[in-house]
Amino acid sequence: MKVANEINQARRALLKGGCTAGVLALAASAGLLTPGRVLAAPWNKGAFEAKSIPDALKGLGAGGSAATSADIAIKAPDIAENGAVVPVEVTSQIADTQAIIILSEKNPLPLLANFDFTEGSAQGYVSTRIKLGQTSQVRVVVKAGGKYYSAAKEIKVTIGGCGG
Amino acid sequence: MAEPMKVRAKLAGDVLDVKILISHTMETGQRKDAKSGQVVPAHFIQNVTVDLNGKTAVAAQWGAAISKDPFLGLKLKGAKAGDTVTVNWEDNKGGKGSGATTIT
Repeated sequence: MKVANEINQARRALLKGGCTAGVLALAASAGLLTPGRVLAAPWNKGAFEAKSIPDALKGLGAGGSAATSADIAIKAPDIAENGAVVPVEVTSQIADTQAIIILSEKNPLPLLANFDFTEGSAQGYVSTRIKLGQTSQVRVVVKAGGKYYSAAKEIKVTIGGCGG
Repeated sequence: MAEPMKVRAKLAGDVLDVKILISHTMETGQRKDAKSGQVVPAHFIQNVTVDLNGKTAVAAQWGAAISKDPFLGLKLKGAKAGDTVTVNWEDNKGGKGSGATTIT
């Protein structure tokens, strides 16, 4: 039960507001900051500052393999004239969708957003606008029933949206 | 400046269509200022929570790659007229904002 003790300690440290990098790293490694678990969770710095999609997913606790699913629809333009504002609409028909994660392969920081849904109160749907540095695959990972599913769509960008 | 935040919620059958528009610069920290050549420090929203009657329905974490003046559309279940939708956000510099609407 050593692991359980460590998790409890990490949680206590978090609750005390002792949000030092070390505590957060410990909490992340103990899986405390996985999506859906903590609602008012501190921002997942490790995942958002990861430089690659696998690292970002690992930071979110979604490191395992994700099956490609036809039940995830990504509605976005094929060609985005302005990479600074690319409308993206994600619909997940997978039952019990718990989280929708949006990533871009070519952005300097691939993790764009992570939406956690409280059980039963939201449909698997998110509509937002994202920035794309260049033409890229936009990948969506859906967490449902503890498993991960993914889908991707290529969006061509004529003017990048990450400054430069 | 435009009003800092707009929250709209409309019932379509038993699904509540929520549309949120936040006024925020969403600076990535990668852009250089045209005049000084200095990198403009990152300033973006990190946490957004959407509550239905005080109970969190969606908790989102964002990176800097959400567009300036972010738009967020969601669909909530189990809402009825008279319910309140509250949105709270917090950025990386500790800035906060909130908005609410009552479903009619």
